Amino acid sequence: MSRTEGRNLRVILYEGPGSTPLDDGDRYQVLSSLLDNGFEVTRPVAGQEVAPPDDAPVLVLGLLDGEPLVAEDHEVHFRDLAQVNALDAAREVRKATGARTLDAWKPWFPVIDFDRCTNCMQCLTFCLFDVYGVDTEQKITVQNQDNCKTDCPACSRVCPEVAILFPKYAKGPINGDEVRDQDIQREAMKVDISTLLGGDLYGSLRTRQSEARKRFSTERDESKALLERKRCLGKLKKELDIPDEVLMTLPSADDIEERAARARTKLAKRQARSQTVKDARPAPSEAEWGI
Amino acid sequence: MKILYCNCTYAKVVPKDVKQDVLRQLSDSGRAFDAVADLCDMSARKDPALKKIADGGCTKIVACYPRAVKWLFHAAGTPLPDEGIDVLNMRVDSAEHVVKELLV
Repeated sequence: MSRTEGRNLRVILYEGPGSTPLDDGDRYQVLSSLLDNGFEVTRPVAGQEVAPPDDAPVLVLGLLDGEPLVAEDHEVHFRDLAQVNALDAAREVRKATGARTLDAWKPWFPVIDFDRCTNCMQCLTFCLFDVYGVDTEQKITVQNQDNCKTDCPACSRVCPEVAILFPKYAKGPINGDEVRDQDIQREAMKVDISTLLGGDLYGSLRTRQSEARKRFSTERDESKALLERKRCLGKLKKELDIPDEVLMTLPSADDIEERAARARTKLAKRQARSQTVKDARPAPSEAEWGI
Repeated sequence: MKILYCNCTYAKVVPKDVKQDVLRQLSDSGRAFDAVADLCDMSARKDPALKKIADGGCTKIVACYPRAVKWLFHAAGTPLPDEGIDVLNMRVDSAEHVVKELLV
């Protein structure tokens, strides 16, 4: 199961009829420990609204005199807090129901602000880890969140519209804070990959690779090559705030070439499809032209 | 008016004292609420529970930046309605301010 699959156990903290209300301190402790361990908790109160049940497994916790009435079409488990520890009970029921067990993952992935996005596909072209894709309407989408490298906000730094958020990033506007004029103007934000790498990205990589091969074959100087790589990686790290761990996992030049070829093919197909749709569309009638 | 509290469990971007203070006062308030470990995590999983929240009418969401919350729901395929949603930001506002807005 991937990190983004499965259902969480929903815990209902029950204090209604047929139970004894918890002390304020106890209630807070239960809530806090459950949330800190990845559980979702609902505290229902008579006459007030909470989210309706869905198909997630449910655990009812409380100082229960008996089992409260619940809908019969849901998988519901009951545990009495007079007899069990809330967190232990939640873990036990989670295991029994096959609900999602969390590793300590940080949900790190790009979120697109479609009020700003112009569908320029720069993020799709830039990301080397196939996080982005296009949907059936040829609109940019985040399709492989799992592939995103934790703490790497690089794609948001190359987005010319400041349309990519990482809600867990420290600074605005990447963290979702309002986008101000100065953010768009700010040089650090408006990084142009082509400029960064000196012109056409893939052309530049090809030239660099070819030059490196020539140089390598004549000089055989591995230390120079390593210095060059270190220099380039340092530049990427500084300009785009890419963590070291991500730089260490960057694909090889051959992988990048292969990916670029795939991206070019995809783009060509997309353009061809778009042209076909335009060609297939009947010419406007005189009435449509208002003649 | 429903209440949804996000604990932002998997990152340390929301000040811990603000989170704890808001949760404690919400817990003591006698109000019904839903609390989730992490909205980002739910968005990544396209958790159906988000749809129940998004479709459920007027809601106060206690989390982080409103722009982030809006597009997290959208990313999960359950966009929030244009009206009736009030997002309170624990990343920048004090617990006192959040609780005042939340429990009015």
